[in-house]
Amino acid sequence: MGTNATVAKPPKAAKFRGEVFINNDRCKGCGFCIEFCPPKVLVTSEKYNRHGYHPPALANETGCTGCDLCGLYCPDFAIYGIRVPIEGAVAQRA
Amino acid sequence: MGMTTAVNPVEPLLRSERMPHLWCPGCGIGTTVNCFARALERSKLPLDKVAVVSGIGCTGRVAGYINLDSFHTTHGRAIPFATGLKLANPDLTVAVYSGDGDLISIGGNHFIHAARRNVDIKVICVNNFIYGMTGGQVAPTTPLGAVATTAPYGSFERPFNLPFLAESSGAVYVARWTAYHVQHIAHSMTEALRKKGFSFIEILAPCPTLYQRRNKLGDGLDTMRYYKERSVIKNGASTRDLDLDFQGEITVGKFVDVERPTLQETMDRLYRQRLEDRYFGWRQP
Ligand SMILES: Cc1ncc(C[n+]2csc(CCOP(=O)(O)OP(=O)(O)O)c2C)c(N)n1
Ligand code: SF4
Ligand code: SF4
Ligand code: SF4
Ligand SMILES: [Mg+2]
Repeated sequence: MGTNATVAKPPKAAKFRGEVFINNDRCKGCGFCIEFCPPKVLVTSEKYNRHGYHPPALANETGCTGCDLCGLYCPDFAIYGIRVPIEGAVAQRA
Repeated sequence: MGMTTAVNPVEPLLRSERMPHLWCPGCGIGTTVNCFARALERSKLPLDKVAVVSGIGCTGRVAGYINLDSFHTTHGRAIPFATGLKLANPDLTVAVYSGDGDLISIGGNHFIHAARRNVDIKVICVNNFIYGMTGGQVAPTTPLGAVATTAPYGSFERPFNLPFLAESSGAVYVARWTAYHVQHIAHSMTEALRKKGFSFIEILAPCPTLYQRRNKLGDGLDTMRYYKERSVIKNGASTRDLDLDFQGEITVGKFVDVERPTLQETMDRLYRQRLEDRYFGWRQP
């Protein structure tokens, strides 16, 4: 997921999946992560955190690439992404 | 998903027990700290050999949140403190992390002379165009016409062009980015951490509470969008051409990356010449 659909390349088996971690109570609701997530998989959640801000939530379970741009942008150290190797994927590569 | 154990890459660098920090929602300072954490990791420097020195201000609080040897000094004096720290501990990498007011207003004299002498320190200046912590007074960086507490009808002073000031004073590494350019900041910080000599990185950052509110510029995200839309990357541009106008185009990039002997090296070389084997230089106690 998340690779650009550039023309005519055979689809490569994904070697990684992305996973995003959100520390709700640290969030101050600035929206940086939501705005600058390249595949736009984050949304503002309805819920409030303990300080009254709306933290982000993952809207698309499989869309996160683990690029960690949210982690670079978040001024409150409340979110980050990682890339988790998909087992067997490396060996599968043709 | 519970299966993975992971930590935020910035977490080991933070004094986590002090979170949440005091910075306002949408303030850009924290964003730069993420970049600094990535840069430290990439630089592969042993963390017990890195020190951070801040002055006073919202940006100055970085020293208090970073889990390294860090020093929150008096207003304007981060650079002289860092100079002493570096000269007495030549194996330390010393980063000064402070605001535009602290470094360039009250600390302006130290800034130009440390650059002139090529003191081997890395200066990270978070420029939010204002004195944030004290309530939004005009700084030497406030754009012409921008409103501040002390300029209710707009600032009528010409602001400094910081990269030009740094280069003409003698800095060997000069870059400017905005808080939008997170990858570039991390890259420049990595280069500066590895560079020998006076290195300067200016980072424009949103201050929604004091700079933007008075100027009706919306919230932090509005400023991040402005940076995205109006920044132009011109690596190697002449620093003369980097003036900033109120809400105008922003030239960003790496402008200077040259070699010049540091203060320590010049002193050692000269003294060795003059004093020969009577000169021992400074040794770590
Ligand atoms: C000797 C002295 N003079 C004045 C002050 C008040 N003071 C504290 S922070 C500050 C300016 C901070 O501006 P900047 O460095 O831009 O930091 P920011 O809060 O914008 O990050 C001033 C004038 C002080 N603490 N000490
Ligand atoms: S890691 Fe990247 S893709 Fe995943 S949520 Fe964060 S910014 Fe979006
Ligand atoms: S960037 Fe951080 S503080 Fe801002 S909305 Fe996202 S998680 Fe919250
Ligand atoms: S006053 Fe401005 S610089 Fe200070 S924490 Fe708030 S937004 Fe950041
Ligand atoms: Mg400031």
